[in-house]
Amino acid sequence: MARTLPALGVGVVVVLAGVALATMRVNPYLYFAGYVILQYVVIATAWNILGGYGGYVNFGTPAFFALGAYTAVFLIRSIKAPLPVLIVAGGLVAALLGLGIGYLTLRLRGTFFSIATLALSVVLQTMIINWEYVGGSRGISVIRPSGPPFGNYVVFLFTVMLGLAVVAVLVARFIERSWIGRGLAALRDNEEAAECMGVPTLRLKLFATTISGFLLGVAGAPFPYYVTFVEPNSAFALDYAVNALAMPMIGGTTSWVGPVIGAVLLGTTQQLATVTISSELNLLIVGVVLVAFVVLAPEGILGLVRRVRGRI
Amino acid sequence: MSDALLQVEGLTKRFGGFLALNQVSIAVKPGERFGLIGPNGSGKTTLINCVSGSLPVDGGHITFDGRDITALPAHRRTRLGIVRSFQIPKPFTSMSVLDNLGIPLENAAHGRGADGADAMQILEAIGLAAKAHLRPAGLTQIEMRKLELARAMAARPKLLISDEAMAGLSSAEVDDILTILFRLNAQGITIIMIEHIMRAVMRFSERIVVLDAGERIAEGTPDEIVRNPAVEKAYLGE
Repeated sequence: MARTLPALGVGVVVVLAGVALATMRVNPYLYFAGYVILQYVVIATAWNILGGYGGYVNFGTPAFFALGAYTAVFLIRSIKAPLPVLIVAGGLVAALLGLGIGYLTLRLRGTFFSIATLALSVVLQTMIINWEYVGGSRGISVIRPSGPPFGNYVVFLFTVMLGLAVVAVLVARFIERSWIGRGLAALRDNEEAAECMGVPTLRLKLFATTISGFLLGVAGAPFPYYVTFVEPNSAFALDYAVNALAMPMIGGTTSWVGPVIGAVLLGTTQQLATVTISSELNLLIVGVVLVAFVVLAPEGILGLVRRVRGRI
Repeated sequence: MSDALLQVEGLTKRFGGFLALNQVSIAVKPGERFGLIGPNGSGKTTLINCVSGSLPVDGGHITFDGRDITALPAHRRTRLGIVRSFQIPKPFTSMSVLDNLGIPLENAAHGRGADGADAMQILEAIGLAAKAHLRPAGLTQIEMRKLELARAMAARPKLLISDEAMAGLSSAEVDDILTILFRLNAQGITIIMIEHIMRAVMRFSERIVVLDAGERIAEGTPDEIVRNPAVEKAYLGE
């Protein structure tokens, strides 16, 4: 607990710095690109709570993200709910889905769990395609509310996403340093041994899938206002599945810092490549970097740093 | 028999059409050194998996410390005091040896007044203190077995189930492990030993139960077991 308060302080400073940045008049594109990078900080951090700490690799990130986004679309269309409501509701609906896949872990482990999450994404996308109210396969236009609290709407969304990223990282850091994180590490190493050493493995897995799902949904909820046109192919994009997995792997999965490093590095590279070379090149970059890391530095950048420092 | 620490009554376990355990009953008294032997495939490890909660049972009852635990999940049984070591060591590979002990201390023993300093004490007692900050991958075979026992100790067991803790060890190393188990028993921990090394089981156990093809075929002191014709038949054939 002694180190929780300073961490909260750092979080508040980061958000305030973001607000200060938002009031400055720099190139609006920077906010537009920054939003995507911050969104990936949330996604990578959320993925890592289940995949990095607990060792259950989730290929279904798009399902959770899109569920957050489409919950928001539904609430905007039906009751014109304000942004905070969208974020909380998107998170809760995705958390429910997370709880569901938590129960899958009772029967499916390793690769089989991953395949099931992949299937989940496909099933959910098919359902959305056939649901006309939220746009079906054609997609739906979303009109941003007029008059954001400050700046223009993209600047406002950038600040909101910065706050969400800080919250996600603080949650991950808290989990990592509590008995929950240590228990998840034990079950990642050997689930049977963990259970026999008194670790309530099922409860921890349900907790991890739920909180991970919640944060992924939260990341997706502001998406409709960001893009203003939501259609299944962009909400369920493969990019989310690949990036959610690649960013923590590149940064290092055993600590909360890893996904943040991975998301900032890879996210920035992708944004630069989109502007300077081609928007199709994104995933190729991720693929090459991921292969290089898996072969040369399986424990990510954090692992490299530790090796250089000569620790175990 | 109601004074038993662990009472297993009519335990049945099937794997598909295969009857792995057929109406097996055993009773282990508090403080006892109890041996469980039998040829390969006789159901020893299956019985232990059922007692520790790794496998659900198909019939029968398990009572521990006067409480029916048949339906409890494994981690709850560990918290009550039934702790097992694994035949093939299953260390937490990403953690140091010391942190390996931290998991049971935090999850199982905490409610019974254990704290972090206990981990180092256990490692010292078992002779692993020098390796406390290594990862398990850096341990030798015997050290790995000791870690398995040390981690079980960190859960503060009332009943320790040692599943072939000595398989593959040299004669001197077997004596090493035996000494540790005798010392734990002297501290009041009840021990069930499953072992193929007869020299060790016979020396260690006060009472032995023999399983063969999922059935209990004999029970007695080591001397009685050695002279039992049914046991000889199970191991050597007619």
